[in-house]
Amino acid sequence: MKLAEIVEKLQLTVRTGAGFLDREITRGYASDLMSDVMANANEGDLWVTLQIHQNIVAVAVMRSLGGIVLINGREPEDATVEKAEAEGLPILVSQMPAFELVGRLFELGISGI
Amino acid sequence: MKVLVADLHIHTCLSPCATLDMTPRKIVRAARDKGLDIIAVTDHNSAENAGAVMAAAGDAGPSVIPGIEVTTSEEVHILGLFGGVREALAMQDLVYENLQPGENDEDLFGMQVIANEFDEVEGFNKRLLIGATALPIGEVVTAIHRFHGLAVAAHMDREAFSIVGQLGFIPEDLPLDALEVSKGVPLALARARFSRYEDFAFITSSDAHQIGEVGTSPTSFLVAGPDLAELSLAFRGRGNRDVRT
Repeated sequence: MKLAEIVEKLQLTVRTGAGFLDREITRGYASDLMSDVMANANEGDLWVTLQIHQNIVAVAVMRSLGGIVLINGREPEDATVEKAEAEGLPILVSQMPAFELVGRLFELGISGI
Repeated sequence: MKVLVADLHIHTCLSPCATLDMTPRKIVRAARDKGLDIIAVTDHNSAENAGAVMAAAGDAGPSVIPGIEVTTSEEVHILGLFGGVREALAMQDLVYENLQPGENDEDLFGMQVIANEFDEVEGFNKRLLIGATALPIGEVVTAIHRFHGLAVAAHMDREAFSIVGQLGFIPEDLPLDALEVSKGVPLALARARFSRYEDFAFITSSDAHQIGEVGTSPTSFLVAGPDLAELSLAFRGRGNRDVRT
C-alpha cells in the first residue's frame, strides 16, 4: 500500500517528506529503543515510535526505512524536522496511541514479519 | 599534579531504588574506607541530599561533588556534576518543573528519604523521582552547562536508560563532557569498543545503590586538586590533567 493511502486512511498528519508519499509500504516495526531499531528493523519498514529526537532520522536513513509515524500526537523537534526534510524522509503524526495505530496498520495489511 | 581516585556516580537513600543505609555519614565512611579522594552524589532527578553528604565529609574528606542524575525526555540518564550546592539545586529546580507529575509510591518504587549530615531523617520527597522529565537531552546538557556543571552520559554501554540504548548513537552536536561506562568495565576496553567516541573522556563509576558498592569501580584522575574545575580540565586533557586509563 502506498504511504499516501495509509496517511489518508489513518488520518495521519504529514510533518515532513510530503513529496515522498508514493513509496510502497508492506511491513512495519514498532520500538522506542533506537539501538533495537538499528539492529532489527528492515529496509522499507514503516517505523512506529514515540521518540522525537533528531536521531530518529539518522536511524531511519541508515536502515532505509520507509517512514516514521509518531504516536499520541507527538511533534518532532525542530532539528528533527530539518534533518528529515533534508533527507526526504516522511515523518507522520498520529493522534492514536501505539497499540491502536499498529492494530489499524495491521488491518490495512501492513505486517511485522 | 597528583593521582586522585574518584567515584562520580553514587546514589543516596533519596533515590527510590537505593537502600536505606545509603545515608550521608555511611557513604562518607565507605568512601574513606575505599580510599576515595572524590565522590559525587547523583540521585535520580534530585540533589536534596548532596549538601548533607558534603557536610558529613567536612574538611576530613573525601571531596564531595554535588550532582544529579537527570532522566531526559528520551529516558536517557545524564549526570550533572556541579561546583556547589547552589548550582546543583538550580538544576534541580529546572528538573522539578519538568518532572513527570505524580506521587512516589513507596511500596512500588521505594522510599525517598531526605537525610541530614547526622544521618537523621529530615523528611520524605514525595515527587516521582523514578519518572522522566519533559526535557530533551540537548536541553539538559545546555542547562547543566548554564549552571557551570559537567554533563556525563551515564552507563552509556548499557541498553537501558543510556544514550546509546535509547538514541542509537551519540548525536554529533551534543556537547557532553564525558562518557561513563558501567561498573567493572576497564576503561581501555571501553575506549576500544567505543572507538568512534574516542574524542570523549571515558570514566567508570560504581553507580552505587547500596553501601557495599561505593568505590567498587573507581576512576583515577591526574589533577592538581579535588574540585570540579580540575575534573573539567582532566576530561579535556588540558593543562597536563588527565583521566588515567
